[in-house]
Amino acid sequence: MAEEAQTRGPGFKGWGLPAMLLAPQLLIVLIFFYWPSVRAVFGSLFLEDAFGQSAEFVGFENFERLFADSDYADAFGITVVFSVLVSSIGLSISLLLAWFADRAIKARYVFRTILIIPYAVSAAVAAVLWSFLFAPSVGVVAHWLIQSGLAWNYLINANHAMALIVMTAVWKQIAYNFIFFLAGLQAIPRSMFEASAMDGAGPFKTFFYVTLPLLSPTAFFLLVVNVVYAFFDTFGIIDASTGGGPGQSTSILVYKVYHDGFKSLDLGSSSAQSVILMIMVVLLTVIQFRFIERRVHYG
Amino acid sequence: MIGDPRWMPWLTYAVLTLGVLLIGFPLWVALAASTQSIEQVRDVPMSLALGSEFFTNFASVLDSGAGNSAAPVGRMVFNSFVVAMVIAVGKIVISLLSAYAFVFFRFPGRTLAFWLIFITLMLPVEVRIMPTYEVMASLKLINTYTGLTLPLIASATATFLFRQFFMTIPPSLVDAARIDGASPMRFFFEILLPLSRTNIAALFVITFTYGWNQYLWPLLITTDESMYTVVVGIRRMLAGSDAATEWHLVMMTALLAMLPPLLVVLAMQRWFVKGLVDADK
Repeated sequence: MAEEAQTRGPGFKGWGLPAMLLAPQLLIVLIFFYWPSVRAVFGSLFLEDAFGQSAEFVGFENFERLFADSDYADAFGITVVFSVLVSSIGLSISLLLAWFADRAIKARYVFRTILIIPYAVSAAVAAVLWSFLFAPSVGVVAHWLIQSGLAWNYLINANHAMALIVMTAVWKQIAYNFIFFLAGLQAIPRSMFEASAMDGAGPFKTFFYVTLPLLSPTAFFLLVVNVVYAFFDTFGIIDASTGGGPGQSTSILVYKVYHDGFKSLDLGSSSAQSVILMIMVVLLTVIQFRFIERRVHYG
Repeated sequence: MIGDPRWMPWLTYAVLTLGVLLIGFPLWVALAASTQSIEQVRDVPMSLALGSEFFTNFASVLDSGAGNSAAPVGRMVFNSFVVAMVIAVGKIVISLLSAYAFVFFRFPGRTLAFWLIFITLMLPVEVRIMPTYEVMASLKLINTYTGLTLPLIASATATFLFRQFFMTIPPSLVDAARIDGASPMRFFFEILLPLSRTNIAALFVITFTYGWNQYLWPLLITTDESMYTVVVGIRRMLAGSDAATEWHLVMMTALLAMLPPLLVVLAMQRWFVKGLVDADK
C-alpha cells in the first residue's frame, strides 16, 4: 500500500514520543498475537503427549497426518458448504430488505431500527434462541414442522443441523449486511434513478441495470466479509447449538481446532490447524487491503 | 421513489414487514418464554402470548441462575459489563495513541511497526486459540479480568479507523499548531481529540458490543463460576437434552444478555452506523 508511508505534512520529529505512543499496542500484539503464533508454528512441528510431558520433533508430520485425515477434508468441505450458504442467502435477503428500506415510506426509520437489532446479539445467544425455536421436543417451529409432516430433529439429522446453523448465522449477519447495503444505496445519486425512470424503466429494471452495477463494490466487499464471518466468527453458533454434530456433520474448521485441541487434546494437530487457518486469514487480509486501496483511490 | 408504480409502497411495506417478522420472531418467543412458568413452556406448543411470571423468573435467575450451573446471573452481567467496558476503553485509548504516532510522526522502524500491527487486522482469537490459552496459562491469567480482556484488546480494527480519520485532517492544521508553538501532546489533546469525538462514540458502540458478545475466549479462560460472563453462563445453563433445559430461565438470561449492547447500539444508532461503514471502507 502506498499511503502507509505518508504522514500529515512534515510530521513531528524525534522517535522517543512515537515509541512511547506505540508501546502499549505493540506490547499487546507481541504478547497475545506473535508469541502464540510462534508457539503454534513450533507446536505444529512437534508431537506432544496429552499431558504436555514430552514433545518430539516430527517436522511436517502433523500436516501430513492432517492432509491424509478424511475428517479434516470433511471439515473443510462442510465449512465451504456452510459459508456458501450463509453468504448467498444472507446477502440476497439483506440486499432485498435494504433496497426496499431505501424507499421513501413513512415508517422507514422504524423498519431500519428493527432490522439492525441482530448486530447487538452475540452469536452464542442467537444460537440459543434458534435452538429453542427448533428444539425437537419443545420448540414452537419444530412443532409446526412436525405437524406438517416433516420429522424434524436436528440432533440426529445432519441436514437439519446444517439448516439450523445456516439460519442462525444468516439471521445474525443480516443486520451487518443491511447496514452496508443501505449505506451503499444512499450513496447513489438520486438523479441516476430519476434518469432511469424518465427513460421508462420500472423499479425492477432500474434495480438490475442501474442499482446493482453501482452497488457491486459494496457487494464484493460484503462477500469477503461474509466468507470471513462464516469461516471464523461462527464458533459460538456451532458450539451453543449443534456442538459440531450429529457426528461431525456441522464441525467447521474453527470448531475442529477447538475440539481437537481442548477435547481430544491432540495438540500437534490443533497447532497445525491453527497455522493453516492463520495463513488463510492473512491471505484474506491481503485481498481485503488491496480492495480497500482500490476503493480509496478509484471509488 | 420517482417512477414507481402505484402499488410499489404496498409491496415495500409487505417485504419490510416480512423482514421484521423474520428478525423479530426469535426475540418475541424469547420474551414470551421468559414470562411463563416451565410447565407453560413445556406445554407444546407453548403460547406465544406473554405470561405473568416475568418478575419471578427475573428474580430467580438474578440470584440463583438455572440448570447445572446455579451461578447468579447478576454477577455474570456485572462481569460482562466490566469486560465490555475495559475492552472498549482499552481498544480506543491504545488505538488513538498508535494511530496518532503513525499519521503524525516520522521515525525509524515506522513501516515495520505498521505491518506488525496491521497484519493482525482480521485475525480472530478463534484461530490461534490453543497457543494463546497456553500463553495465558503460563502468565497465570486464567480466571482474571486481565486474562478476559487483554488478548481481545490486541486487534487492529480501531487503529485502522482512527488512522483513516486522521489522514483526512488537513496538514495546515498541524503546521498552524506548530507555528503557535504547540507541543505534539498538546496538539493531540486540544485539537485531535475534540475532532475525533464522533469517531470515538462510534467505536465505543462497536467495541462495547464486540466485548460484551465474546464467547470462545471467556469460555476457555474462566473455570470459576464467579468469573463467567453472561454469554458463557447461558451456554452452561443448557442441559444435556432439550426437554430437560429450563427454557423459561434460559430465555430470561438471553434477554439480559441482549439488552445492554442493544441499548448502546440503539441509543447511538446514527454514529454507530456511520462509524461502522467508515471503519470497513
